[in-house]
Amino acid sequence: MLTSVELVEFAAKNGIPIWALDASIALVLALAVFSLCGLGVIVLVYMERKVSADIQLRLGPTHVGPRGSLQLIADMIKLLSKEDVFPKHADRWLFRLAPALVFIAAFVGLMVIPIGPRLVVQDLSVGLLYVLAIPSIAVAGLIMAGFGSYNKYAMMGGLRAAAQMVSYEVPRALSVIGIVMLAGSAKLSTIVDAQGFWYIFLQPIGFMVFLVSTLAEINRVPFDMPEAESELVHGYSTEYSGMRYAFFLFGEYIALISAAALTVVLFLGGWHGPGPELLGPIWFAIKFFGVVFVIMWVRWTLPRFRIDQVMDLGWKVLLPLALLNILITGIVMSI
Amino acid sequence: MDKLEQLKTTRADLDDLSAEFSSNEESEEGSKDIKTDVLTINFGPQHPSAHGVFRGVFEVDGEIIVGIEPHIGYLHRCFEKIAEHRTYTQFIPFTDRMDYLSSMLNNWGYVISVEKLADVAVPERAEYLRVIVGELNRIASHLVFLSTAAIEAGALTPYFYYFDERERILWLFEQLCGARFTYNYMRVGGVRVDTPDGWLDDVLAFTERLEKTMVDYDKLLLGNYIFKKRMKGVAPFSAEQALDWGLTGPSLRASGVNYDVRKADPYSVYPRIDFDAVVLYNGDNLDRVIARSQEIIQSINIIKQAVAQIPDGRVYSPGMPRYVTPPPGEAYAHIESSRGDLGFYIISDGSPKPYRVKIQGPSFGNLQVLPAIATGSFFSDAVLIFGTLDAVFGEVDR
Repeated sequence: MLTSVELVEFAAKNGIPIWALDASIALVLALAVFSLCGLGVIVLVYMERKVSADIQLRLGPTHVGPRGSLQLIADMIKLLSKEDVFPKHADRWLFRLAPALVFIAAFVGLMVIPIGPRLVVQDLSVGLLYVLAIPSIAVAGLIMAGFGSYNKYAMMGGLRAAAQMVSYEVPRALSVIGIVMLAGSAKLSTIVDAQGFWYIFLQPIGFMVFLVSTLAEINRVPFDMPEAESELVHGYSTEYSGMRYAFFLFGEYIALISAAALTVVLFLGGWHGPGPELLGPIWFAIKFFGVVFVIMWVRWTLPRFRIDQVMDLGWKVLLPLALLNILITGIVMSI
Repeated sequence: MDKLEQLKTTRADLDDLSAEFSSNEESEEGSKDIKTDVLTINFGPQHPSAHGVFRGVFEVDGEIIVGIEPHIGYLHRCFEKIAEHRTYTQFIPFTDRMDYLSSMLNNWGYVISVEKLADVAVPERAEYLRVIVGELNRIASHLVFLSTAAIEAGALTPYFYYFDERERILWLFEQLCGARFTYNYMRVGGVRVDTPDGWLDDVLAFTERLEKTMVDYDKLLLGNYIFKKRMKGVAPFSAEQALDWGLTGPSLRASGVNYDVRKADPYSVYPRIDFDAVVLYNGDNLDRVIARSQEIIQSINIIKQAVAQIPDGRVYSPGMPRYVTPPPGEAYAHIESSRGDLGFYIISDGSPKPYRVKIQGPSFGNLQVLPAIATGSFFSDAVLIFGTLDAVFGEVDR
């Protein structure tokens, strides 16, 4: 693999300006992450359909491709070929922008997550802050979708999404402070390396708070209030169809990827595992799919909270627990 | 120094502005609060949890319901009028399509009224078969109730488990009368056909299976913390309220009123069967769900006894004429349907066709309570309350 110094020398020899080099590297990396993401979404959607089918005494997709594995691709072709429908009084710009914003907000969070030693797009020193803060942009997207659709169900879904995601950001951010204290850094690769002993054992309260608020943050059951189909039809994405709807779906699954990967990095020792360092990404993948399976298992088992219960849980249970966790961590560390 | 001055003036301007704004508000609204408005949401008739074709105009203040106006009539098919142009037997298939989740019980309610009118005796075996299929159908209907309650609470999985069990009942019915949904099984003076060989054993095997699986399913759904939290204490109504609104069936018994037609006005062979009417006392959503779950257990109990007691013999009264022609007069008979007190009031003018059939369906009575108990609850809960009232629109509109 070429190091950056060699690359710069190569560029200087051939008269390529540095900005072009930077841009092309960024483009290549973005494409790499994007295609990895696309693959991840395909795998996760297939997994979700098979896991849910197994839980629900069904078979799931079986016809398209071997064991139905190409079902999502067929679905995507269907969604792509659909008519682009705008509701009559929709705000066209908000309506158009919202899916893209949700998708991008979910996508850029992945840039700082290391999946192996040095296997990361940009190992920021404030990586943890970044990855917790970036998904908040999606809130704006959801409100735009809800408001722009000119639909009362969508509007209520958007408002619920905003209330819920903003509320749960607080306990989610506070729950990982214990980890920052233990690792002494907010750089994700440092946090992984600091885990000789996984943080899930050192920070059990933090882990629980983080997992629950993560479920709320990515709008999965039991916190899928924003798209509660029993009352809100489909929440903020009620009026969407075709490829715009697919982008919401993509955004949702990429948020899931990002959340599960972050859980692995923070609490499950990242790429660490027995065997040579080269096996790192494989260990990471195993842990990642374990977390994803748990999230799916929860989704297909539990009912949904009511909006006031969601708020109560966030502010009255998780927030004090997260603060308690910081306190305990501080006391233990000072002893 | 300049900057400080500038800041001060800005601050002063802001104060002026806000004062002006609030004084405006006061003069117009008489309140400093932000002006809020009630959102009118049209719920249904094509809404995913509208249970068929319910349309409710919901007035929502934020997440709180401040008014509900139910609209019915989307499934009105003039059954009562049609009955006047059909012979007594020809009307039986129409009753299938009223409360389509418990067609057997509708059949039963109708034929029992005609039998009372025409004074027809029913063979013993037919009475027992009616009890068995009626209770099986009650179980099937309650399973649908439980699965939809789970879906409305957001849990999608119990639906498949309950429907798996229901599917076995439909299979039994298919063996018995050839239809899975609209059975047209009962006749004035008996039932249409006797059981195929081994059918009663299949029924017993099914009840034994269901007894075991219901324990698991109750743990999964009724034992779930979130489900209980969603359901407990939501929209309770007292016994008086329930009686005032004319509630019947499991919803009434969940409020503490011990009224079950099978006990209060026994018909068929129910007096010979030992069972309890399920009575619960909170009258909230959770009790309405638990009542159904326990009624399934009671129904299993009834089926087991009926299968043990069933005699051999005819299933259709001998010497029944091709056209049932009751003497002029009127009769009312009612049964305990899976939703409550289902009554048929029939007037005969001595011809082979009824002069008038008035159907008293429990769903209509149960539905009308919705605005009274759902107002003031959360929008999400209104859907659940609507679900636990268990209205089937084929029967509300008829």
